[in-house]
Amino acid sequence: MSALTQGTATPRGGPSTRRSVTDVVARVAMWSAFFLACVPLVWILGSTILKGGHMLLDSGWWTNSQNGITARRVGGGAAHAIQGTLIQAVVTAAISVPIGVLTAIYLVEYGRGPVARLVSFMVDILTGIPSIVAALFIYALWVTTFGFQRVPFAVTLALAMLMIPTIVRSTEEMLKLVPKDYREASYALGVPKWRTIVKVVLPTAFSGIVTGILLGLARVMGETAPLIILGPYAKSISHNLFDGLMGTLPTMINQDRAESLQPAVDRVWGAALTLILLIFLLNLAGRLVSRFSTVRA
Amino acid sequence: MAKRIDVNDLSVFYGAFKAVEGVTLTVEPRSVTAFIGPSGCGKSTVLRTLNRMHEVIPGGRVEGKVMLDDDDLYAPTIDPVAVRRMVGMVFQRPNPFPTMTIRENVAAGLRLNGLKRGKAVDEIVERALRSANLWNEVKDRLDKPGAGLSGGQQQRLCIARAIAVEPQVLLMDEPCSALDPISTLAIEDLIQELKSDYTVVIVTHNMQQAARVSDRTAFFNLKAQGQPGRLVEVDDTTTIFNRPSEQATEDYISGRFG
Repeated sequence: MSALTQGTATPRGGPSTRRSVTDVVARVAMWSAFFLACVPLVWILGSTILKGGHMLLDSGWWTNSQNGITARRVGGGAAHAIQGTLIQAVVTAAISVPIGVLTAIYLVEYGRGPVARLVSFMVDILTGIPSIVAALFIYALWVTTFGFQRVPFAVTLALAMLMIPTIVRSTEEMLKLVPKDYREASYALGVPKWRTIVKVVLPTAFSGIVTGILLGLARVMGETAPLIILGPYAKSISHNLFDGLMGTLPTMINQDRAESLQPAVDRVWGAALTLILLIFLLNLAGRLVSRFSTVRA
Repeated sequence: MAKRIDVNDLSVFYGAFKAVEGVTLTVEPRSVTAFIGPSGCGKSTVLRTLNRMHEVIPGGRVEGKVMLDDDDLYAPTIDPVAVRRMVGMVFQRPNPFPTMTIRENVAAGLRLNGLKRGKAVDEIVERALRSANLWNEVKDRLDKPGAGLSGGQQQRLCIARAIAVEPQVLLMDEPCSALDPISTLAIEDLIQELKSDYTVVIVTHNMQQAARVSDRTAFFNLKAQGQPGRLVEVDDTTTIFNRPSEQATEDYISGRFG
């Protein structure tokens, strides 16, 4: 007896009833899961745009600070917080990128044996550290041990602690994706290993590495715990990382979140939307980089 | 520009595993020598010891001697990087650098080593592409990505890249196994031309190919799985394919193997 004539499988009637039922159930389950996952996202985005959108349309929002403006007064902008967030993000990246990328190169290209396993294990632990712990560690080091003031630079140190492991992991993945064929081709031309890494491996993985860095940056930009502990809010524009206070978007949100006065409430929503927008732009940039990749097929 | 290779009692290890045992053979300059044998018999491994590429794999090391004319490739004073500049290699899968144009790929050996710049490079690129029979097909698109070529063209690009640094010896590890018959023919013709300038060693699974392109053939085999591979015999290609001195060779080339 052939398999075609037995059981429920009928070659003429298309897929069996059982398989089509399973198909429908799986489809419904997947689509509902997808919509469920989208609900909070759309909700947050929708209410933030509805309640904070009008703040961003005012050009003063991008150019003025909150200096001298009380909770009950309308006006002022978020320029101080936007600039603070961007400055701290750039400095955090400047600290994290070299350390993270070089660690990943060590792990992928050179690391063998117990030392490499230890480094990899440490990166795993660092990845799991909550931001409040990183903030308190830097506080204990910077303020308690060294006796320095709380300054924005200490914030960037705490943020770098959070960003380094994500860069190490994403860069590691990208370097592993570079086929060993290219490394061998380079070695066979008599190119030393370090030059092979600099001239062949890194350019091949470049867009992936940059994307990972931008996504990691987008994540730490929204971190709030290190800011509250190490970088109290200030209403005026400040660009000095080593002296005084620097406002940022997360602390601006935190500052007025308990206010019931309408001008303050509007500013909280506006700051939230601005932060979402900045992170969205970074993510977008991360995606665009792969378009301009030098790897061409 | 071509040199003789003398391999004397060579054994290759990966960690504690002995992959190949006691290989002794001579490769004449300006000739093509083919390595044939079943999978896992160590022919690629021996090929890689000729430019110390086996050291790229962790734990890879050799015992015995490999001489390139009068230079001992494994003498303590010899830099493996310098060896690879003298002994070029072409791999099984075409692997042009994906970030580079055709021109940059050919010039890669010079550029990455910081050797030459400017106009001299253009001349070397043209000469290498002509030698690899690729110039007419790519001369109008030298600034297009190398990865955009067909498989056979990519492999000839890799050959051009290897000969642009003017090596003494060219090693080819199954260079046609990923190519269609037409491209294979183009590479085989090219090998025939290359041997007037270079010493060529080619590993192949294709016995007809070995018969077509090589002057001498070395047959490798292993006694059993897990045992190290060894060289069964090496002789003129016509002798190997017509009157081999070992029974194992005859079984293999006549398809009665195993």
